[in-house]
Amino acid sequence: MPSSDELIHLESINKVYGTGEAAVAALRDFSLTVASGEFLAVMGPSGSGKSTLMNILGCLDTPTAGQYWFAGQDVSRLNETELAGVRNRRIGFVFQQFQLLPKLSAWRNVELPLLYRNVRDRRSLALQALEQVGLANRVDHRPSQLSGGQQQRVAIARALVTNPDLILADEPTGNLDTASSRDVLAVLQELNQQGRTIVIITHDPEVAPVAQRTVHMRDGRLVEQVAA
Amino acid sequence: MSLLKTIETGLRSLLGHRLRSVLTTLGILFGVAAVIATVGIGQASSDSVTARITSLGTNLLTITAGSSVSAGVFGGAGSANSLSMSDVQGLQDRQSAPDIAAVAPVSQGRATLVDGSTNWSTTVSGSTAGWLVTNTRTIGSGTFFNANDVATRTQVIVLGSTTAANLGASVGDIVLVRQIPFQVIGVLASAGSQGFGNQDDLAVVPFTTAQDELFGGGVQRILLSATSASTIGSAYLEANQILLQTHHISDPSQADFTITTQTQVLSTAQAVTQTLTILLASVAAISLLVGGIGVMNIMLVSVTERTSEIGLRKALGATPFDLFRQFVIEAGMLTALGGLLGVATGLAVGYIVPRAANIAVHITPLPVLVAVGVAVAVGLVFGVYPALRAARLAPIEALRAQ
Repeated sequence: MPSSDELIHLESINKVYGTGEAAVAALRDFSLTVASGEFLAVMGPSGSGKSTLMNILGCLDTPTAGQYWFAGQDVSRLNETELAGVRNRRIGFVFQQFQLLPKLSAWRNVELPLLYRNVRDRRSLALQALEQVGLANRVDHRPSQLSGGQQQRVAIARALVTNPDLILADEPTGNLDTASSRDVLAVLQELNQQGRTIVIITHDPEVAPVAQRTVHMRDGRLVEQVAA
Repeated sequence: MSLLKTIETGLRSLLGHRLRSVLTTLGILFGVAAVIATVGIGQASSDSVTARITSLGTNLLTITAGSSVSAGVFGGAGSANSLSMSDVQGLQDRQSAPDIAAVAPVSQGRATLVDGSTNWSTTVSGSTAGWLVTNTRTIGSGTFFNANDVATRTQVIVLGSTTAANLGASVGDIVLVRQIPFQVIGVLASAGSQGFGNQDDLAVVPFTTAQDELFGGGVQRILLSATSASTIGSAYLEANQILLQTHHISDPSQADFTITTQTQVLSTAQAVTQTLTILLASVAAISLLVGGIGVMNIMLVSVTERTSEIGLRKALGATPFDLFRQFVIEAGMLTALGGLLGVATGLAVGYIVPRAANIAVHITPLPVLVAVGVAVAVGLVFGVYPALRAARLAPIEALRAQ
């Protein structure tokens, strides 16, 4: 059982894709804990199981074997609808491709997760989140009218708006130039300093220095832990 | 996600693909409009047939020559020349036929009537004084011929109001029928035109005159009028008994005549128009089905196109049910819109066609409601499969699709 200050507790997680001859193990006996308020970077080459880890951590997928406690709750055996609830209330996602809906303005994009939990005052919450990422003056812009860095900050505001326990970022700087990358990392770092738990999955070496702790993956296993 | 928000999101997505939405809607629109219009036309023709038959009076029985019971040797009804004036006399016997009020033999043909320089082609019937009663008609001006006219073969004619008007003939005029002069002694009161066929376009002459001067031959039909609507049954039995006797037929199944009541005629005619209406409506319903397949097709395209959006929404907390409902509602909106526009189009057709093409259309609420209901149901049914596809997409795969 996880201790109370652990937000994430993975125990002997196995994830196998396919069956029989074609079976591929993406995660092998993978164990990891992340404390509340931590800023963790997960690094590793492609094919090391980073994406699978991200899917499991984000409750987008369930492990083949092993246990996953999220904020004290065993989420490894939840059904799709229950997982959707966990994602909506407790996890904010930031993706490499931003994943903003092109036809919606910035604040409408930020509002999206609130639509799935029937919150009132969605607009003021969305504006608040946009202000936190420094885009108070861009609320009515469409994604196409924003730079890559600004789009990613809108995505961070969207991840933030539900006040989640965890912000899970998948290669957040992968599509950005150096300056924008720094911007985005600065925003994430600031959020962490306000007490938010952040996990970044990346192969960008620039990220590591920002994180408190970096873990390295290879072949579906943890190979090395580095404290910053 | 709230229902209202789901509808708003759906509207936004449909408006985002205007042309596509309009074309999909058209498929449903035409289906619904076709159902409404065809059922309306069928209803109108059924109404007109019913009105026309009931206007002849429900007391009416018609005896036709030949048997409808095919025993292998009989031809079609009316082919046998089995009815005669002695049958008419037998039926007029109050003693053996107390429930028969009036009897009229009919021999009919088409002829051209000439009055001075105008001529008009119409149906000329040879009959007796009973014609007026059995057909429930009244004289507008002049008189109808009587038994004496029939006995003495007078060359007199009674015209329908339309025929009189078209010929410019009035009581006292001489009209030529097949070169033979007839004096107009009466014009019938108008019975009104009932859909197809005009009951005011006809002429009646004494039966004997028609037989000798115009058509020759025997009695084609005998019209009987029962004393009241409740005695039709007994009038039927009496007429049957008398004819079997005068024709010396002991086995009723070998009868060489057929007696039909108006109720039989009515139900036959209604069955025919109903069958036609159902046939037409089925064709229209198939087009509605095709429209529904169009909706399904476009919803599948939409799900494929929006795979990454679906993935994103799932990541942000949309449940499978949220997404299912989203796509079903979008499909439902497309067909509901098509259904409503289809009703408008159907009503417009119902308004324009009678004025432009002289085809009666009678639109009743039921087919309208059914058509809209079916359209929406089609949308929901055909929306279910695409919606299930959306709901079942794995979020990771969906997010990866770009």
